[in-house]
Amino acid sequence: MYDTLWVRITRATLIGIGLALAIIFFLFPMYWITLASFKTKPEILSSIPLHLFQFTPNLDNYRSILGLTTGETEAGTPGEYLGRLLNSIIIAGGSTVLAVFFGTLTAYAMARFRIPGKSDIMFYILSSRMLPPVVIIIPVFLMFTQLGLKGTHLGLTLLYTTVNLPFVVWMMKGFFDEIPHEYEDAAMLDGYPRIQAFFRVTLPNAWPGIAATAVFCIIVAWNEYAFAFILNSEPYAQTVPSFIASKSQTSAGINWGIIAAMSTLFVLPVLVFTFLVRNHLLRGVTFGAVRR
Amino acid sequence: MARVTVEKLTKKFGDVVAVRDLDLQVEDREFMVFLGPSGCGKTTTLRCISGLERPEGGTIRIGDTVVNNLSPAVRDIAMVFQFYALYPHMSAGDNIAFPLHARRMPGNEVQRRVNEVARVLRIEHLLQRRPRQLSGGEQQRVALGRAMVRRPKVFLMDEPLTNLDAKLRSEMRAELKRLQKDLNATTVYVTHDQVEAMSMGDRIGVMKQGGIEQIGTPDEVYNHPASLFVAGFVGSPAMNFVPAEYRDGAEPSLFLADGAFALPVDDRWATAIRERATGNTFTFGIRSEDIALYTEPGQDRIPSEVYVMEPLGDVNLFDLKLGEQIIKAKTLPNFRLRIGDRVWLQPDHDKMHLFDAQTERAIF
Repeated sequence: MYDTLWVRITRATLIGIGLALAIIFFLFPMYWITLASFKTKPEILSSIPLHLFQFTPNLDNYRSILGLTTGETEAGTPGEYLGRLLNSIIIAGGSTVLAVFFGTLTAYAMARFRIPGKSDIMFYILSSRMLPPVVIIIPVFLMFTQLGLKGTHLGLTLLYTTVNLPFVVWMMKGFFDEIPHEYEDAAMLDGYPRIQAFFRVTLPNAWPGIAATAVFCIIVAWNEYAFAFILNSEPYAQTVPSFIASKSQTSAGINWGIIAAMSTLFVLPVLVFTFLVRNHLLRGVTFGAVRR
Repeated sequence: MARVTVEKLTKKFGDVVAVRDLDLQVEDREFMVFLGPSGCGKTTTLRCISGLERPEGGTIRIGDTVVNNLSPAVRDIAMVFQFYALYPHMSAGDNIAFPLHARRMPGNEVQRRVNEVARVLRIEHLLQRRPRQLSGGEQQRVALGRAMVRRPKVFLMDEPLTNLDAKLRSEMRAELKRLQKDLNATTVYVTHDQVEAMSMGDRIGVMKQGGIEQIGTPDEVYNHPASLFVAGFVGSPAMNFVPAEYRDGAEPSLFLADGAFALPVDDRWATAIRERATGNTFTFGIRSEDIALYTEPGQDRIPSEVYVMEPLGDVNLFDLKLGEQIIKAKTLPNFRLRIGDRVWLQPDHDKMHLFDAQTERAIF
């Protein structure tokens, strides 16, 4: 605070340059793939990288994946991509709602009640995340085939719910631990049964945590590829990641333009959603980092 | 309003017994204070009465109803918490109205009641604000308002003044006491602060290790403590304690501080000692204001020396050396001595206390 003006300006400039470099570093892949989606095939494969203003952007790739061209293209039949996008929304959205709902209730019970063997149960819940997905992919495949869940929306939704549930339980338990139980005590003495005390008092104060948790769940389910590729390869309930992979190889080689356009559109919803809840998100992930 | 009766209350947390076989009756409209150090079970007892904790044994009655199996919501009691527990997502007014909504009271009636309570507590101008925009004292008032608004049978207060600064605390003390009398509200108040207990309670229940040591009016607890613990816990500065040994005979006497001084004992006390004592060893107790100081020797005066004098304005507080021990004595502010001065002290015979060294119960 005793620094001279010049020292302060220099420091601010250095910090600004550092941040700018970091942003360029992290956002460059996004920039490049978005750019590619507006290029023609020769432009993409050009030996000199073509940056913005070095080529004429065209929307052919988007027309083709959104089914605005007539007849079948390399991106599939008209509207095929939109169908997969809808599948992704149903499956990622559904699994997030289910995981957050059940996980939040479990976490509340774990945070508030005396449960015999609680720490063992919490560890058991966590341990289900310790296996890498490839290890269980074959058993899950066999199970889903037997149960008729293979290639359905319900199947992947349940699977992603299972994957996200431990995460939600652990995250939300942390949030509930931070919310003083006196709020519920007060609400119960004010004449509300515990379940109402939970919904009227605890839950409104847990929203930042729920929002943060939900964002992470959606991202996991939205981006998941391995299970989606193995279990849902038929058009009916195929999600976007496995669809993009299936469309990458064409008779004329890899169609980078189509892949880039699909990927760009695919990232957009998560980007917008995260942006909308960013304040909650920040409060959510730093919640509990500071002791009252 | 109603009386609260607790019989043989026992509450355990795992292997830890928080409250053991506690018996208690709070009369209708009475201001009862539970006083004790932290961990003595006073808050647990309060939470059992409220229904937030389920006791392992015993009966709790509010009025004539046994409430053991009733949920907190239907016991018709209100509680004020140490950290106020105002709902952060609601305005102060909504906080106060919250218990009324649980009873599905019509909107205009809710509004009328909230305004009435706000007027009594002088918080009308704060009703629109969120709790985090209120000072500690204001939050305290809103919390009180939320408790008062539905006119419950019993008020429970868990250290409600602990988080206020000293000046506000003494103001709120008087105000709470007045409020309790105006509302005619049966109140159970938990505190570890003996000044709060003495100044507010109609009766005080001094608690230690999950049990009640003594229940009585502030006067009884202060002037006739039933045990060494009560004598030491109530009063500031704490009561002076000196080890004593009793010798019977033609002239029964108490020998204080390893026999350095002999204190003659009259018949009434000798009888009490013979009847109640388990042995010959005792703890002799005397409060600082019950010791007279003299600058010259005389009958039954114990010689001593000034260790420190603290002039407090309204009184002077002396630390006096009695053998290896320090005795505290209060005098008028015009009685002044210097460190190292000789002084003779004489305990007031009617204000002396004697506690059995084994049982720690009062002999007289």
